Amino acid sequence: MNINENLLYTVEHEWISVEGNKGRIGISDYAQHHLGDIVYVELPEIEGSAAMGESIGVIESVKAVASMYSPVGGTVLEVNEELESAPELLNEDCYENWVAVIEISDPSEVDMLLDAKAYAAFCATLD
Amino acid sequence: MTLKQTPLYQMHLKYNGKIIDFGGWELPVQYEGMGIIKEHNMVREQAGLFDVSHMGEVFITGEKAEEYVQNLVCNDVKSMHDFQVMYSPMLYPSGGVVDDLLVYRYNQQKYLLVINAANVEKDFAWMQENLMAGVTAENVSGDYAQLALQGPKAQEILQKISDTDLESIKFFWFNPKVKIAGVECIVSRTGYTGEDGFEVYMKPAEAPLVWEAILEAGGEQVSPVGLGARDSLRFEAKLPLYGQEIDQDITPLEAGLGFFVKLDNDDFIGRAALLKQKEVGLKRKQVEFSMLGKGIPRVHYDVYKDGVCIGQVTTGLHAPTFKKPIGLALIDVKHSAPGTEIDIIIRDNAIKAVVGQGIFYKKKTRTNIK
Repeated sequence: MNINENLLYTVEHEWISVEGNKGRIGISDYAQHHLGDIVYVELPEIEGSAAMGESIGVIESVKAVASMYSPVGGTVLEVNEELESAPELLNEDCYENWVAVIEISDPSEVDMLLDAKAYAAFCATLD
Repeated sequence: MTLKQTPLYQMHLKYNGKIIDFGGWELPVQYEGMGIIKEHNMVREQAGLFDVSHMGEVFITGEKAEEYVQNLVCNDVKSMHDFQVMYSPMLYPSGGVVDDLLVYRYNQQKYLLVINAANVEKDFAWMQENLMAGVTAENVSGDYAQLALQGPKAQEILQKISDTDLESIKFFWFNPKVKIAGVECIVSRTGYTGEDGFEVYMKPAEAPLVWEAILEAGGEQVSPVGLGARDSLRFEAKLPLYGQEIDQDITPLEAGLGFFVKLDNDDFIGRAALLKQKEVGLKRKQVEFSMLGKGIPRVHYDVYKDGVCIGQVTTGLHAPTFKKPIGLALIDVKHSAPGTEIDIIIRDNAIKAVVGQGIFYKKKTRTNIK
């Protein structure tokens, strides 16, 4: 399994890359692999806000429907519209193909996320 | 509960199957390195090999076997010839479906019924409850493994390791003694994908050998296929799944399976209820639909028209062949005309869809072999 060392992760298998008060978010390799062929992405709403851990989007594979949760609280600034017509990009490269950019409302929440090492250890406890 | 394994479990591990609990059976949903869409396309374009050993088998034997089976199912068993196969629903007196099954006729005193894995106990109990003098029902599910080889290349591949000219097995016929890779098998030209292909039954101990021989004979033209693509393939071909398109509360007439219901036959369980339903008129009906708005319809999602719930989705999927979502729904007959706009409720949002006709996969089964 591929874990990008420069990102932070959640136990729900989202990643975030933090720059200042902005965070670029996506789903991890574990998530895309377990979902299988991704065929639909319901993108977050621009200007929509979500608390930490709240559902902001939906990712569907042939068999499964999964919520995507906001790694930290914030407001959605940008979404990756390319995923609407090419959801399979998340299978091809889930770290290159981000889902949304959010404005982080409470930077202290970032400290609660897992770094790559902790996330790898967490994944090792699963199936 | 201990999960059951088919005789091919070790093969699924060998080919990196992603194992799930499927109604108490440990079976692969897909194989590593392939995935549902690739496996699906493999069957449409070349060939795919499925382990369907979890399916149940029941032998019906005895002097009155024909009469018994005819009473048990709603299709026309009496019109069958030796070595013919017939699809039929099996009904409750209410007209609801106990299960759908394949009937293999050896002769008028011997039939093999192939039933759904999840229903084996219920079906067998039902068969025994309705047993008549001069008939024996024997559940032999544990004595048979079953493989399905499906796709346009299926015959070419299987022929390489068969002792019998497969062209001699017509669509929905079988040969009870074909040697595949030296193993004696029952082979029928049947399947659950909308493609040409075969279902092959053998003793459990010999299943891994046959499995490997088929993969070797097929080379690049065949790959193992899991339950995920089995569902998407059968769905695209509009083949019903028990528990979704049909169940104890849905009659075959409502599910659009009227072709398999022969009301002219003297009697069968459920006939009176279906005659009445036909006389009164159907209140709900299965329809095809495609999405106008964005989203993927899924089983059990509600269907609305003008703010009123008119039914539910029975299966919905992103159809790999069409690269877009389509669905089947059981809805109020008043809104079932092709072209009718309906709403599918996806995560509390009403998403526009339209009732269609003929939007599903045109089956490539070889119905025309002479």
